[in-house]
Amino acid sequence: MATIMKKVDAVIVGFGWTGAIMAKELTEAGLHVVALERGPMQDTYPDGNYPQVIDELTYSVRKKLFQDVSKETVTIRHSVNDIALPNRQLGAFLPGNGVGGAGLHWSGVHFRVDPIELRMRSHYEERYGKNFIPKDMTIQDFGVSYEELEPFFDYAEKVFGTSGQAWTVNGQRVGEGKGGNPYAPDRSSHFPLESQKNTYSAQLFQKAAADVGYKPYNLPSANTSGPYTNPYGAQMGPCNFCGFCSGYVCYMYSKASPNVNILPALRQVPNFELRPNSHVLKVNLDSTKRKATGVTYIDAQGREIEQPADLVILGAFQFHNVRLMLLSGIGKPYDPITGEGVVGKNFAYQNMATIKAYFDKDVHTNNFIGAGGNGVAVDDFNADNFDHGPHGFVGGSPMWVNQAGSRPIAGTSNPPGTPAWGSAWKRATADYYTHQVSMDAHGAHQSYRGNYLDLDPVYRDAYGLPLLRMTFDWQENDIKMNRFMVEKMGKIAEAMNPKAIAVLGKKVGEHFNTASYQTTHLNGGAIMGTDPKTSAVNRYLQCWDVHNVFVPGASAFPQGLGYNPTGLVAALTYWSARAIREQYLKNPGPLVQA
Amino acid sequence: MSDQDRDNPRRDFLRKSLTLIPVVTVASTGLGGSMLMATPAPAQASPAKAPASEKAYEPSYFTAEEWAFINAAVARLIPADAQGPGALEAGAPEYIDRQMNTPYASGALWFMQGPFNADAPPEMGWQSKLVPKEIYRLGIAATDSWSKAFNGKAFAGQDSATQDDLLRRLEAGGAESGEHFAAVPPKIFFNLLLQNTKEGFFCDPIHGGNKGMVGWTMIGFPGARADFMDWVERNEQYPFPAVSIRGERA
Ligand SMILES: Cc1cc2nc3c(=O)[nH]c(=O)nc-3n(C[C@H](O)[C@H](O)[C@H](O)COP(=O)(O)OP(=O)(O)OC[C@H]3O[C@@H](n4cnc5c(N)ncnc54)[C@H](O)[C@@H]3O)c2cc1C
Ligand code: SF4
Repeated sequence: MATIMKKVDAVIVGFGWTGAIMAKELTEAGLHVVALERGPMQDTYPDGNYPQVIDELTYSVRKKLFQDVSKETVTIRHSVNDIALPNRQLGAFLPGNGVGGAGLHWSGVHFRVDPIELRMRSHYEERYGKNFIPKDMTIQDFGVSYEELEPFFDYAEKVFGTSGQAWTVNGQRVGEGKGGNPYAPDRSSHFPLESQKNTYSAQLFQKAAADVGYKPYNLPSANTSGPYTNPYGAQMGPCNFCGFCSGYVCYMYSKASPNVNILPALRQVPNFELRPNSHVLKVNLDSTKRKATGVTYIDAQGREIEQPADLVILGAFQFHNVRLMLLSGIGKPYDPITGEGVVGKNFAYQNMATIKAYFDKDVHTNNFIGAGGNGVAVDDFNADNFDHGPHGFVGGSPMWVNQAGSRPIAGTSNPPGTPAWGSAWKRATADYYTHQVSMDAHGAHQSYRGNYLDLDPVYRDAYGLPLLRMTFDWQENDIKMNRFMVEKMGKIAEAMNPKAIAVLGKKVGEHFNTASYQTTHLNGGAIMGTDPKTSAVNRYLQCWDVHNVFVPGASAFPQGLGYNPTGLVAALTYWSARAIREQYLKNPGPLVQA
Repeated sequence: MSDQDRDNPRRDFLRKSLTLIPVVTVASTGLGGSMLMATPAPAQASPAKAPASEKAYEPSYFTAEEWAFINAAVARLIPADAQGPGALEAGAPEYIDRQMNTPYASGALWFMQGPFNADAPPEMGWQSKLVPKEIYRLGIAATDSWSKAFNGKAFAGQDSATQDDLLRRLEAGGAESGEHFAAVPPKIFFNLLLQNTKEGFFCDPIHGGNKGMVGWTMIGFPGARADFMDWVERNEQYPFPAVSIRGERA
């Protein structure tokens, strides 16, 4: 028998970026809010305490802060004809766990979105015609425009304390010759902080990119370039490029996180309660299945607890949101054969390619120096900034040097052909560790009929519930785009005049490799849109079928972006919260009539 | 002093850790208040010596035969050579033995529910039922029996050229080693051994490896310094030697 807690106004599942933003917004609206986080309490102290945090083995290699896959993982297969196997060790992606979620140990590249990517299908049909989009490609429009979201992008950057250089502010050109991005959409105000310094590797990229005719700009970064106090009164100190960023808690209070930027303000209000070690099993629905009554979770002692609430927010991260909806019976599960149903549909990822350039000893890239969000990029091949017509693929890719800090166990790399051990390996590692530049094409990834999420028929989590199953593989469009980007980025690499180059791109027929890290930018499965037949949530991230459940996160993206997702995730969460505060609370019910 | 300075745990660490630095080091660099002010010394200077260990480490997981194998194998994977000390001098065997007593070695960090499909293609990631402890036990026994089949000697007793040859064949998947490796694929064993050896060469010394920070010194990694504000933009060799979590200096 479950213990039943006192009813609250809103319960939030997960306390990462989306959970924290919702908690702040809903408590500001006067609601009594409880956030349930499956993992432990975490904060700058003690989890980011110097010098204990400067420990590559514990964090990058043994992956201390990430999801505990001994309890719950996903299964993966390449097509409906394969048997899915569990992701037994974390590899391709590293989902967060505990207070702060992945927001505590992310890198901090903090973008907005290229406006055309919010209306991907419409834009491509308008410019290239309906037939340009492959038949099995299921890209859609988000149902919300850049102009509508602009104030929320702006506010999120102020909360995160983002460093960057605007190109235009209210139509006025301000960023020329200063590291602004000529392809960036207009902004209503400057970044809260100026751009971070550029590492020597980023300077090399900047020069080489300009030499080949591209337009380099400074990456917008949620690592601080100076001291900062955000609108919630949270204080940040300047990032010192410690090089232990991605996968680590920032010991300097310099990387934006729910813990540093939002939690201190929530601690001050009596109408908020955070319960760590609370693993939510499902959302409970009433007999009509159209309304949620709260959630059921397992507490630290293993007790089953029911938390009734008027409003349920799923902020558990992209694929956990989808799994919770499937486990709870919210929305119609997607069927890849008929193409019907919506939950699990349009699962998309990131289409990465990497080039490494190796130099002589007079080029000191000092790769142990770095910050997760900093760098120099070009957008000449991102979004639809170039004519796709002759190339026959959909999607674009920013390219960049983003030296986040590489460490000796997992972060050394040698020119192709170097043995993996012995004296030759030793010499090469000594010769190249501090003399190399790594650059990425961070390609957008499209959605396809056959890439989707559902529940696995065989494997179960530690609580006896079915794991989520990913059916996913690279498609022809992805490989084509990847090869194109490798060629374009190769020009930059060559212009640097290195001694040797290693290319890590996709080959024709290559399958998704679950073991090698790509990004934790997983998208879709509970996508937003304007039609309940083709989307799981409406443009305010409200479930079409169960009006008191809202689902913020990249689960709402109908396809993947060229940029990193969190800027858009945060803006959409603020946008959704505004709709809850200004419309839903006055008159609870569907915000969009189907 | 700004608030930033007062709250900065790193400054605090540097202040405290100063007491851990042998007096002679402090004197020779003329250190005043902070290690950050230390006289620049080329990080990649002559191969650093591993400190002579006071007392030989006693393995707690590995048997005597296994321990001999581990010591011999790591000395070939990362040998002592003109580049400086190798994995043996860095204490990689001690590191690996200590790891055997962590949740990692018993597979407790992994999803280990069956059914298993050990023959799945590599792009499906780890699909074996075996955990590191078992892989070492089975893999060492298999390698030794394979090695003995040649000339009666265990791996540790072979000359270094033969050891290198055996390791190379394990790395390649060693089809010819078949009968000896019925219980554990040679590649899985080799990859684990190499990964753990590199960990033992490059980890913070707090984990028992990288003694004297010889791995870090070899490549110019400054360890736990983690403060590069003034170095970000420069095309210059970083001049300060590595420090460890415990405050030791290379
Ligand atoms: C190493 C790394 C680097 C990254 N770098 C970048 C970057 O540079 N730029 C960028 O834009 N993005 C980056 N990301 C992605 C970014 O972290 C995510 O987009 C962001 O954190 C998503 O916010 P979220 O609230 O949806 O999920 P999260 O922040 O992950 O929070 C979800 C929370 O829900 C909890 N939860 C899950 N299931 C349950 C349950 N059943 N019950 C209770 N709680 C549950 C989880 O434990 C977690 O704490 C990175 C991610 C990683 C891992
Ligand atoms: S690089 Fe900067 S933001 Fe990242 S963890 Fe270090 S100090 Fe923090």
